[in-house]
Amino acid sequence: MKKDILICGVGGQGTVLASKIIAASAMDEGSTVHSAETIGMAQRGGSVTSHVRIGEAYAPLIPQGAADMILAFEPAEAVRNLGYLKKDGIVIVNRVPVKPVTESLQDTGYDGTEMIAYLQKKCSCIVIDAEKICAPFGSSRYFNIAILGVAVGSGRLGISKETVLAELERRVPSKYVEINKAAFYAGVEVGSGKTL
Amino acid sequence: MQEYVMGNGAIALGALAAGVNLVSGYPGTPSSEIVETISKYPHDGVHLEWSVNEKAAMEVAASAAYGGARTMVTMKQVGLNVAADPLMSLAYVGVKGGMVVVSADDPGPISSQTEQDTRRFADFARIPVFDPSSPEEAYEMIQDAFAYSEKYKTPVLFRPTTRVCHAYASIENPVNNGPKAYDGFVKDSKKWVIFPRLSYMNHAMIEQRNVEIGKDFSTYKWNCVEGGNSKKAVITSGISYAYAKEYLKDHTDIKLIKLATAYPLPEDFLLQALEGVEELLCVEELSPYIEEQILKLVGKHALAIKVSGKLDGKVPASGENSSNLVADILSEFLGTEKFARGLDGNDAPALPMRPPVLCAGCPHRASFYAVKQAMKGKKAYFCGDIGCYTLGNAMPLDMVDTCLCMGAGITMAQGFHWIDGEGTCFGFVGDSTFFASGMTGVVNAVYNNADMILCVLDNSTTAMTGHQPHPGIGRNMMGQFVDKVDIAKVLEGIGVHMIVTVNPLDLDASVAAVQECAKLPGVKAIIFKSPCIAISKPDGKCRISEQCINCKKCIREIGCPALITVDGNVTIDENLCTGCGLCSQICPVHAIGGDTQKGGATS
Repeated sequence: MKKDILICGVGGQGTVLASKIIAASAMDEGSTVHSAETIGMAQRGGSVTSHVRIGEAYAPLIPQGAADMILAFEPAEAVRNLGYLKKDGIVIVNRVPVKPVTESLQDTGYDGTEMIAYLQKKCSCIVIDAEKICAPFGSSRYFNIAILGVAVGSGRLGISKETVLAELERRVPSKYVEINKAAFYAGVEVGSGKTL
Repeated sequence: MQEYVMGNGAIALGALAAGVNLVSGYPGTPSSEIVETISKYPHDGVHLEWSVNEKAAMEVAASAAYGGARTMVTMKQVGLNVAADPLMSLAYVGVKGGMVVVSADDPGPISSQTEQDTRRFADFARIPVFDPSSPEEAYEMIQDAFAYSEKYKTPVLFRPTTRVCHAYASIENPVNNGPKAYDGFVKDSKKWVIFPRLSYMNHAMIEQRNVEIGKDFSTYKWNCVEGGNSKKAVITSGISYAYAKEYLKDHTDIKLIKLATAYPLPEDFLLQALEGVEELLCVEELSPYIEEQILKLVGKHALAIKVSGKLDGKVPASGENSSNLVADILSEFLGTEKFARGLDGNDAPALPMRPPVLCAGCPHRASFYAVKQAMKGKKAYFCGDIGCYTLGNAMPLDMVDTCLCMGAGITMAQGFHWIDGEGTCFGFVGDSTFFASGMTGVVNAVYNNADMILCVLDNSTTAMTGHQPHPGIGRNMMGQFVDKVDIAKVLEGIGVHMIVTVNPLDLDASVAAVQECAKLPGVKAIIFKSPCIAISKPDGKCRISEQCINCKKCIREIGCPALITVDGNVTIDENLCTGCGLCSQICPVHAIGGDTQKGGATS
């Protein structure tokens, strides 16, 4: 399998765990994987990306125009990274915005809707709502696992549900496994088009 | 066993596989995870330490290598400047056990002050340098680096760049045999004590030896040629090799030369590789080091080769390379087709900026705000330093007038004092930076009788680089609980007469402490002590009551990421708020309360 997956969001949203689970799952299924993450200063509320390259690759970062899938935890971050998407790639994007601190100081009215409209015009995308998906779990902090579920459910990730679940069990502290699994399943349902 | 690790992890595991006996370093992005990885894997018999700074790390490793032990020192590229004093001399003295100095460069720069190039340092110090292009290669190459170091009895540099350090890949890491046996230090003052006479003799030896190393490197397996016998060829190294491969994998007729050891230059290898080449493009980051070496080689051997790269503007002079940038450069050089592009985003809506900011609840915000309030309307200089608190420069705090290098805030505050006796001069320093290179600056201030206020922002960790312990924590990398070095006692010992320790989350007490210090002559110190919220993870939450008049003073004054507006109304993002209570102490109508850490709450 050859797939390039870009995960983007804002520091603190849990993009790193999502990328680690994708990378590990792909390896469990026998693929060679390379990946890279934003580390350092940008983690403090800045834009962050993780690049997961499944199959043969030289550079750790995905070239522009090569990503098969973008998992965007935030609408503006999806647009910021859209140049990475392949012409026939897909974007899975959370419609709930994260307002930057500068936004509170100088209100430009950023609420993400313009970004979502732009994405829908430009590419194939699945728009999801982190608050809605995570409502049963009482916190948006499970969204990183839910969006993984959406990716798996969409059938475009090329990794099986079972493999991801096994990695989830391995990587999440035991007392949080059940709630994360539930978030994952909720995502799978959305991704497979059963609910939205 | 197969391990999926970061490049820094691969370097660490490679060093363990090489039987390293001692690893020392000072944290600095992108190098920090090397020492941390060693601590997470079995390393019985290996001494591991975060040294107080890079110079200390270098010296600890040097004497251990004099004793025949294999040693590794890790740092970021600017750390090598701090360690340059011992390194330059050590290059003359040499070592017995293999000693590898890992200095991670940061093209971009992404998290650094400079775009300096460690390869130039290698040339300057006259010691070999290794330049891995991937984590997989780094794992093997660091083991080679130990072997070459021991073979030629010289410290060697190992220079990964950020994209190699932070890339993840799978490596095959067999169970290692533990640290190597060594016979210990054999006294010989003619060998280990540097004197002008010794330096003179060793200088001649080193220049001769480096010719030998260049020959040896000519058959080194990571210096290699791929592709066909084209007249137009490409030479590259490090991560730029990976970028070049992304494009050249579809142009296998093009000759691609990879130079893994830029110094000493493997001339024989290059002369052979350049046979039949008429035009050569040098693709590298930071400085045109390879390009200049090739130009020298071309001149020396009167080769008819046109050399391109940074010097003739074909490759950008600054900033990092990327797959796309290198593909564009190569397609223009070769006259081949462009790389496939993705969507054109020219018509995208304006994107919100996301500069990095101090975390919600970060005690540094409170410390800066207290100083700002105390100095309102007065002339003051705010000299910042390296760490999370550099982010105090952002609006609305705007409390960092200068930032230069580790420890400079304290001494630069003194320079401002000497040219302007009117202004109050502040030096801000974090706890780890205080130990690394802040203490001598305080001695300088006391000795030279400067007027300044030292603000130690003590959050009990090295936060920016990933929360490494330091001498003030009471815990070291050997897992031992040790005596804490007490910053207040250090300052007292230096002779600072006014030392106040205050909780920055208590705004009134903090402002009063600054005002009191500002009235006094001489060197004063305020230790703002409150733990990093990423470690203490406080679970308090502030709440806004109906008393709020929506004046937005809290947002305007402190710029906390947890203070947001929803439908025009000030709101607290409970996912981010830690209940530090700073906003509650600023609110003019006491509308913010809740479960706060400091008693500014009203409900």
